[in-house]
Amino acid sequence: MKGHEPRSSSSCAACKLLKRRCTSKCIFAPYFCSDEPMKFAKVHKVFGASNVSKILTGVPEEQREDAVNSLAYEAEARLRDPVYGCIGAIASLQRRMVELQRDLAIARACLARYAATSSSSLISSSFSSSSLIWDDHVIMAPFPDVPACNGLSNSFNLDSSGLSQYGPVNDFGHGPYVL
Amino acid sequence: MISGRCAACKYLRRRCPSDCIFSPYFSPSDPRRFACVHRIYGASNVGKMLQQLPPHLRAQAADTLCFEAQCRMQDPVYGCVGLISQLHEEIHMAESQLAKIQAEITFLNCTAPEAQGLQIIEANSNLNSLLPEQITTVGLYPQ
Repeated sequence: MKGHEPRSSSSCAACKLLKRRCTSKCIFAPYFCSDEPMKFAKVHKVFGASNVSKILTGVPEEQREDAVNSLAYEAEARLRDPVYGCIGAIASLQRRMVELQRDLAIARACLARYAATSSSSLISSSFSSSSLIWDDHVIMAPFPDVPACNGLSNSFNLDSSGLSQYGPVNDFGHGPYVL
Repeated sequence: MISGRCAACKYLRRRCPSDCIFSPYFSPSDPRRFACVHRIYGASNVGKMLQQLPPHLRAQAADTLCFEAQCRMQDPVYGCVGLISQLHEEIHMAESQLAKIQAEITFLNCTAPEAQGLQIIEANSNLNSLLPEQITTVGLYPQ
């Protein structure tokens, strides 16, 4: 008699799409519910079921849900923008970061200049010396560099046309999820 | 000809035709590039994705696929999505810091004696409109 794995009560979205029997040990079942067929469909289209299975197998079980969600996010991005995928969003966010660093530098410089100019003047007693702006560390410390993806937009020659799918952080204005 | 095979066809151990979809983007001098992409996406999916794009966009697509594949291999759980989340966090921190400093500037603007003649930047003004020579930099501009 052939050995058969016990069949799960209902097929997961992956097994439904792949038209196969969904067993109790199906690696996809906990993460691709049958009521979210598009989630697996997109992941399968970009990565392939076999590759997704290998990725999940190589990840500790407690981190598989995060892995699935990030794969779904990447797949969605790639399907929306077949040329740049997630890179478009990264480049857009990096550009925003550069703008903010510039604005912070300008603001800090303004405060530093004001402090230097008014240092000999009487300072209003209502202005607390414990204010954040008098903390040299805050004024002078540069903002930490964005790791690993400096100049991404230059590397991929991304211009505004490449970001048409995303706009200036609009479509990815909120993080995918809290890590 | 076997000696002219691209990295993809070498990896897949097949003949490299003259119209191979991979050969312009996966040079035999960098075999790891295709190996990485193949491991994450599979040759078939990569071929389909490139095939669906106009030829002038395929190079960019291949590059971004390689980058994402490398991110995924380095971080199998989050891949390049980890970078996105990290950037969101850093942007949020920078915006908070900027808001705080702008609030301080507003306060100083309200309390600064006009006789000093110092041009204080209003918090609501567009800082980007300032010319670099209008302010004293302290070497904080990003490189």
